[in-house]
Amino acid sequence: MRRRRLKGERLVTLLLLLPSVIAVGVFVYGFIGWTGYVSMSNWNQLLPDYTFVGLKNFFKLFAHPRFQIDLRNLAVFTALFLTGSLAIGFLLAVLLDRKVRGEGFFRTIYLYPMSLSFIVTGVVWRWLMNPGSPQMGSTGINLLLEKIGLGFLKSGWYTDPRVGIKAVAVAAIWQMSGYVMAMYLAGLRGIPEELREAARVDGASEWQVYRYVILPLLRPITLGAVIILGHISLKIYDLIVAMTGPGIGFSCDVPAYFMWETTFHANRFAQGAAIAIILLLMVSLLIVPYLIFSVRREAEV
Amino acid sequence: MWRKSYLVGLLAVVLLSWLGWGQAGHEYVVPATTTLKAIAQETLGDAAYAPAVMRATNAKSLADPTYLKIRTLDMEIPEGAKLWIPERVWAEAFMAFWDPNRPEDLFGGGKLVVGSWWTAGGEAEGLNALFEIYDEYYPDVQIVNATIAGGAGFVFRAVIKPRLIAGDPPDTFQLHAGLEVEGYSPETYLTPLDELFEIMGWTEVLPKDLLDLLLYKGHFWGVPVNIHRANVLWYDKAIFDKYGITPPENWDEFFAICEKLKAEGVVPFVMGNAGGWEAAHLFETILISTMGAEGYKGLWTGETPWTSAGVTEALEILKKILDYVNPDYAALSWDGAGEYLIAHKGAMMIMGDWTNGWFMAKGYEDYGWAPVPDTGGIFDALSDTFCLPKRAPNPINALGWLMVCGSKEGQIAFNTRKGSIPARTDLTAAEKAQFNPYLRSCMDDFARDAIVPSVIHGAAAIESWVTDFKDAVNLFLATKDVAGTQRALVEAAEAALAAMKG
Amino acid sequence: MTVGRRIPWQRALLYIVLVGFAAFYLMPVYVLVVTSLKSFAEVNLYRMWDLPHSFSLESFKKALIGGFGYTGLAHNFVNSFYVAIPATLASAFLGSLNGYVLSKWRFRGSNTLFTLLLFGMFIPYQSILIPLVQTLMKIGLYGSIPGLILAHTVYGIPITTLIFRNYYATVPKELVEAARIDGAGVLGVYTRIMLPVSMPGFVVVMIWQFTSIWNDFLFAVTIAQNPAVQPVTVALNNLAGSYIVEWNVQMAGSLMAALPTLLVYIFLGRYFMRGLLAGSLKG
Repeated sequence: MRRRRLKGERLVTLLLLLPSVIAVGVFVYGFIGWTGYVSMSNWNQLLPDYTFVGLKNFFKLFAHPRFQIDLRNLAVFTALFLTGSLAIGFLLAVLLDRKVRGEGFFRTIYLYPMSLSFIVTGVVWRWLMNPGSPQMGSTGINLLLEKIGLGFLKSGWYTDPRVGIKAVAVAAIWQMSGYVMAMYLAGLRGIPEELREAARVDGASEWQVYRYVILPLLRPITLGAVIILGHISLKIYDLIVAMTGPGIGFSCDVPAYFMWETTFHANRFAQGAAIAIILLLMVSLLIVPYLIFSVRREAEV
Repeated sequence: MWRKSYLVGLLAVVLLSWLGWGQAGHEYVVPATTTLKAIAQETLGDAAYAPAVMRATNAKSLADPTYLKIRTLDMEIPEGAKLWIPERVWAEAFMAFWDPNRPEDLFGGGKLVVGSWWTAGGEAEGLNALFEIYDEYYPDVQIVNATIAGGAGFVFRAVIKPRLIAGDPPDTFQLHAGLEVEGYSPETYLTPLDELFEIMGWTEVLPKDLLDLLLYKGHFWGVPVNIHRANVLWYDKAIFDKYGITPPENWDEFFAICEKLKAEGVVPFVMGNAGGWEAAHLFETILISTMGAEGYKGLWTGETPWTSAGVTEALEILKKILDYVNPDYAALSWDGAGEYLIAHKGAMMIMGDWTNGWFMAKGYEDYGWAPVPDTGGIFDALSDTFCLPKRAPNPINALGWLMVCGSKEGQIAFNTRKGSIPARTDLTAAEKAQFNPYLRSCMDDFARDAIVPSVIHGAAAIESWVTDFKDAVNLFLATKDVAGTQRALVEAAEAALAAMKG
Repeated sequence: MTVGRRIPWQRALLYIVLVGFAAFYLMPVYVLVVTSLKSFAEVNLYRMWDLPHSFSLESFKKALIGGFGYTGLAHNFVNSFYVAIPATLASAFLGSLNGYVLSKWRFRGSNTLFTLLLFGMFIPYQSILIPLVQTLMKIGLYGSIPGLILAHTVYGIPITTLIFRNYYATVPKELVEAARIDGAGVLGVYTRIMLPVSMPGFVVVMIWQFTSIWNDFLFAVTIAQNPAVQPVTVALNNLAGSYIVEWNVQMAGSLMAALPTLLVYIFLGRYFMRGLLAGSLKG
């Protein structure tokens, strides 16, 4: 059937795609190419300097103590953010799936943080996670914990270099776990009741039903969520700016923040571009296999 | 009390403006048909000033239609036409900076886009005061306040640089005096202002140390509006009186005070590092105390090695201070830390004298000040300037702005509100009386102390060095590794000095 | 579902957990609201959980109209709408066309093309700021709202294409074939078969795009230089000021700036869910 496609139709489809192709071609690939070239140049002051220096900037970056900390922070943040959002999102979806009264109300409450800008979230959570001090008194969450008698749970949050970016991860989970919940809820609703009944009839406990029937069926959603959350995580920047800044000993610093500072404050445009390329490569490692796999899988359908 | 003298000053400004002094020029009715060149020759003594007369008259005519609209330079000026002859100084400046390839500049009007990061509190008020003065001189110009918040220009810089590279800068923007200008590649993107300085006579009224700072690659690139002092120790008088303490003159006394207060449950020293630069600011002042004025200056020119014992000592002092500091400093910006003093829960704080303006805004008067221990007689200076980008869309309007910024009138209006001292040193005693007690003592100190450039605030070093310096200190707060940090500082210096030579 | 075997304490536990989480999610909003209703003298870090002594709308007024030294957010709201609505519509429309073509009119390399398009959604935007500014300058759109609209539209194409392509994949092939037999061409099938059922897809896409464009800070602060055309995120950041921060005004401003997207989620949230159910975001 496909082979009988008329030439005219072919042309129309291509024309329909053309504006997007050109736009993305220039604004994404053209710019990436430009960034790649700059990352291998010597442009380290405001006046552009395009002399080619190979991979020197990249070697310098990996030896840079701040960048090493950034990479570690990014790994910790991504791991926490992903597992936290997935776990909480899934848990809430499972709970809401149980014919709960006021489901719409709960769902709205869990979902609304997603509508906020990271800047707003950062500002509020900066206040919430400000530990206060013995002299001036506690504030934020610490104050709340004190009030309800859980004072021993107090922490320095982002002011404590050992906690650092983990505190930021909490704010990020707060913002995005509702979205994961919405996805899982939609997925759960899409699983026919017969499948669950069948498993139960076969003698499976509730827990086994989840483990062997439901979770596997939700795998595409999990994968999709990982991709969306993963790429937000790698680019995280606004939240750091608004909430913590780089933190003590760079405990809250991330590559995107370092990129900003090194480009626009230290005028090291080439170094900034190198960080951008590294981020891109990390994202590609995550995304490209998934893209190829999922697109190919559909072709088989 | 100082508010009253500020009102008097304001009244004086208004009065003078009304008297027409603000308009910088005078009216001239043409007795017989003639040319612009002849008029310029007659009134200003040089026919070449014709374009200046044209511009001034056209600008005036936009506000007051009784003035002649001059369409071309060669136009015949009819008898009875009313012209506006600008002050000679203004005409000189105009001729020095006007590009004959830009005839559009002869017509007045247009915009003045001012870029800065002064968005709230005393800074915004100061900026507005300058706008008001500008508006009196140039009512034909529409002022656009393109300010972007973010401490020390954090966001602003990222926005201005792409604009400079793309060739679409604002007409003028805020720039720290000193080596920060290197980060803007001024030979390519900014217009040198040497002639303006000469014409306006600023080289006479600005202090030599400031002029040295403003000079980069042999030219002046910015007009300074103010001077701030960075090495100030603020303390809460209530606590000091209660425990019978006097301000420390050296670090031994300082730590003795800290020990005493810590035992009493008061936070001896407060700091806020949420902005990422405050700790480095503190460290800069400690460096001055251990290296002395000349030693410190030499660190930034390569004359003093960073391996010096003074640097090690400074790091040790900072490490010791961390034992007495408020535990939540990472969450607070410097003004958040200042709250400790206001609440009488914290005793001392080291921060620049914008703190003074902030205390006033908070209604806190029970504070004292002293130079940072062991820095008596040394003034750690920073200055805000405005520059003229090469491709400014309205360069003559920007020129007018620079003249307002450098004028005594402008500087008094600005600084009384912002809480800094004017860059000019030619204020009369009556004019100085408009400033509050701290600022007056600051002006005296500035006149006699040894002046050193601040590094965190863009004076002493190029931006990449400032960033590396800041990063090293921030890492030190966590690692407390003296040797490692000193090594990092040495490397940063080597990289920067090499870059500066290139 | 365990109907008829509902154990009361399990139900109670369920609700406790749900309410507990609700408290977690609402906690920051409480702080936002309570702080914005306080007057400047009352705002205090160490009493942040206290209700205001006297309710004062002064901070909202100041945030909207402006105070000494700053202009209010009112015109910035308008700017944000001027940017968000056209950009959302444009990127949604382009995404719909692309998704349609890529799901129903596969050709050799269409999958590769799709993958290449999709990848654009993942680039860190900081890294392309300078070429973006230069390009916009060359076409004369720098510093203006249309320039901002263009940037958001272009960078929105990947995600909108993804959502629509997955959504349209659920439309049965037979419908398309039937329409073609009736003589419809590429655009004919689109208008006759696809558009009528596209609503859920459009809803999801527009909610997502509107939210991310409204909340964007990076492009807004880089491209919209003139304060007269700045969107509300940039203006909000300006409210923070360099040194003197009026927390209550900032919180009030944040609350108001978040309101449009918040309302969208509260009222259109169920369409978002429905759109998800229709298969828009299934991986």
